[in-house]
Amino acid sequence: MIDSLLQSVQDTSIATAIREGDSLFPWIECVHVLALTLVIGSIAIVDLRLLGIGSRDRAVLATTAEVLPITWTAFVFALLSGALMFASNAVAYAHNAFFLAKMSLLVLAGLNMLGYHMVIGRNASSWQNAATTPFKARVVGAASLALWIAIAACGRWIGFTINAPA
Amino acid sequence: MLRSLDAFCDRLSASALSQAIQSTDWVIPTVQTVHILTVAGVMSSILMLDLRLIGVHARSESVVTVARRYIPVVWYGLPILLLTGAILIVAEPARALQNPVFILKMTLVLLAAGLTLACQIPLRRDHGFWDGSSSHRHLARMIGCLSLPIWVAIVFAGRWIAYVRSH
Repeated sequence: MIDSLLQSVQDTSIATAIREGDSLFPWIECVHVLALTLVIGSIAIVDLRLLGIGSRDRAVLATTAEVLPITWTAFVFALLSGALMFASNAVAYAHNAFFLAKMSLLVLAGLNMLGYHMVIGRNASSWQNAATTPFKARVVGAASLALWIAIAACGRWIGFTINAPA
Repeated sequence: MLRSLDAFCDRLSASALSQAIQSTDWVIPTVQTVHILTVAGVMSSILMLDLRLIGVHARSESVVTVARRYIPVVWYGLPILLLTGAILIVAEPARALQNPVFILKMTLVLLAAGLTLACQIPLRRDHGFWDGSSSHRHLARMIGCLSLPIWVAIVFAGRWIAYVRSH
């Protein structure tokens, strides 16, 4: 049932063009790689600030105001390019363990971010200037770093465990 | 010259180290993961610096403050990128060394490193160099506008190495 749905995604003209073209897939992959380096690198700037390791001379809210718009813009590009690559070979990706792990880790990264805003980020203005951040903020920063590293690793392993579209 | 490069690639890929990397499944994806995570740090730091040089970002902070925060990531990242890149070359020498896109990428890396130095060196003597006269600010904007597309091209070239076959 799900497989037949995925198969119909894969049979759309866009997906077929990406799968069968010579250069469409690599160009989409270029956009994906550029976008993900900016997502992971920019979120790492925030994580390191939350850990009290980087940007210690800058308030947390000044850092997030500057960095997070970049993270979100890049994330939209990563999502769109990722969706196109997924569509080109939907059945295989949906059955790939690393792809499923990557999607689960993305959900966890989202929950971690949500948790930050609900638990500790709400009153960030009361602690944001301190170089040494509250324990909860450090936990969120460390979890985020670890999750994004794992997401990047899964992404790379997908490329080695799925046959590139011929 | 090309024939000796052929021979060099053949010898390197027949070496014990290259064979060991090739026969262990997890080495190449792991090294590529470290490589791409380091690219993430370098790219994002360069973006923050260039946006400040161009004047889009953090105008409440001086260029020297932003440069001191982000440029070290580039210089600590570069050796990691060279090392992980070298491991990938040892594993599959011809994939890179005989690939025009790899040569292009290395040329762009040199250019990008040069532009980063061009931003950094004047700040050593004069912390306010890029925040001073309008001609200095104009030059800073030019460095930023030049640096960003070069780094983007480096990332793109990195991915295309996998698709362009060596000649």
